[in-house]
Amino acid sequence: MTATSTAAFDPNLHLQAQTRWRPIEVAFWAATLLPFVLFPNHLVLASQIAITALFALSLDLILGYAGIVSLGHAAFFGLGAYTAGILSKYGFSDPLLGLLAGAAVAGLAGYATSFIIARFRHLPLIMITMGLGFLLLEAANSAEWLTGGSDGLQGVRKGRLFGTIAFDLYGYTAYAYALIVLFVVFLAVRRLINSPFGLSLRGIRENSVRMPAIGAPSRAHIRKIYTISAAIAGIAGAVLTQTTATVSLGVLDFQRSAEIVIILVLGGAGRLYGGLVGAIIFMVARDQFSGIAPQYWYFWIGALLVAVVMLLPNGVLGGLAKLGSRWRGGSS
Amino acid sequence: MAFGPIFGVLFDGFAYGMLLFLLSVGLSVTLGMMNFVNLAHCAFAMLGGYTSVTLTNVYGWPFLATLPLAFLAAAAASVVFERTLYRRLYRASELDQVLLTIGLTFVAVGAAAYVFGTIQQHVRTPSYMRGSIDVLGANLGAYRLFLVGVGLAIMLLLVLMLEYTRFGAQVRAAVDNQRMARGLGINVDLAFAVTFALGSGLAGLGGALAIEVVGLDPAFAFAFLVYVLIVVSVGGLGSVGGSFAAAVLLGITDIAGKYYVPEVGAFLIYLMMVVLLMWRPAGLFGRR
Repeated sequence: MTATSTAAFDPNLHLQAQTRWRPIEVAFWAATLLPFVLFPNHLVLASQIAITALFALSLDLILGYAGIVSLGHAAFFGLGAYTAGILSKYGFSDPLLGLLAGAAVAGLAGYATSFIIARFRHLPLIMITMGLGFLLLEAANSAEWLTGGSDGLQGVRKGRLFGTIAFDLYGYTAYAYALIVLFVVFLAVRRLINSPFGLSLRGIRENSVRMPAIGAPSRAHIRKIYTISAAIAGIAGAVLTQTTATVSLGVLDFQRSAEIVIILVLGGAGRLYGGLVGAIIFMVARDQFSGIAPQYWYFWIGALLVAVVMLLPNGVLGGLAKLGSRWRGGSS
Repeated sequence: MAFGPIFGVLFDGFAYGMLLFLLSVGLSVTLGMMNFVNLAHCAFAMLGGYTSVTLTNVYGWPFLATLPLAFLAAAAASVVFERTLYRRLYRASELDQVLLTIGLTFVAVGAAAYVFGTIQQHVRTPSYMRGSIDVLGANLGAYRLFLVGVGLAIMLLLVLMLEYTRFGAQVRAAVDNQRMARGLGINVDLAFAVTFALGSGLAGLGGALAIEVVGLDPAFAFAFLVYVLIVVSVGGLGSVGGSFAAAVLLGITDIAGKYYVPEVGAFLIYLMMVVLLMWRPAGLFGRR
């Protein structure tokens, strides 16, 4: 951390400068504790936001950083959710065990499909991710003996954290648990993105043909990041199951895959905080709108999406960054 | 004997395939020309459907007379959106295009729920379309025969137009190589706008014809989107014949799957799509 002027020339220094914590980041994470004090009646919503943010973060790794557009990411979210649910149904209701199992199952599925994903780009890639998502949804729908089919999984129990702390009705434990999981995963992702591996992912996003020429194997990298992203999505799904004690086919459906892309793009894809900011805006807006007229919620989310694409191509955070640099450029 | 039911299932699948063909051929050609991923295509189809429902059930028009109006309404709406929103994103990434058009579809779904309600609408068809005819021991619905007739007629018209008119030659040139076509002085933007309107109009027609088969509610724009995308990506971009073949294949697979193995549901269709795409990413008849 000697001088920022040399950072542009030395990649290691550049990465080190990126890993330093900025005050606004500290402020952001401090603000995530506010719901405990300010909105104790909305902690259930807050835990939903944290779970959605975690899911969006996992999508950001592949969509924002590696440039893999997926319309079937809910598959991994659903795998994690069902794994945790089925485990707790058969007596293994320890939340941490569920998390690990959810991550492992989703990660394995991600690894298996990553060989397909790495071969395609553009429209065929979008179609294949979507098709795989539908395949899994239909499989879960048919396998009633395991998943309960369209009735949802029956008999999911809420476990106790470390065998002692119970999930309460008001969502104190749920939000604290979801927030801690989000934060820990975020730290790992932050480290990953600011590593040479993270840099080469951005290279693949910009030009996947040229990257192998400078010694970065595109397909191997895509396989790795896809597996990691799937595992994180699985964790998010597992947390949802454990905090709500319900699993239904909704965790797997196309709407969820599309929504999470919308959330990420709304916040700003390819930015660490994009998914987090997007999740906050989207979930709060949905909560407010569906209070007024739930059936017209689609109209407003659609209008919002059109506005973001036309006016804020890099999402809310991209818009803010542009505004910030313009303001700084004007004042100096 | 066993031949009757099999023939009946094949026929129903073929008729369903005609419907899918009408709904998807416009998207296939516009995607091939401009590489613009228009996921709002089925929203235009929905507009056609609601035009037909409103005209028959509220104003008492005969069903057949509403079909041209369904075509025109969808075509007119598509021109408006193409001029105002779409053309700004022709050079944007496909993610942006996907998001814009998903957004428009959400808006359409919300607006349809506001104006028409969320209940399923039905349309009053003339009495001669409701009966059925026995052919080779199979019971063929008159309406499905009508669907097959319309589908084949439109297919023939499109092929004739693309192969034997000056406009068709321009469209083919633009699908093959857009930059070269521009270099030769072809007004690709105009050709695209006309194709886009035509394709959306056909979707509107398909939407109106689909009501009798599947009903119409605001979820239509998403429910059929998956089928349309499967047809487009399996058939290959910019190929009318490919769309036709893919639509028939999908229609027959879907109906036969529901008839013979109902427990696997739609699993078969998605499996078919994923396998076909992995085998030929550019589609069965795609050249790129």
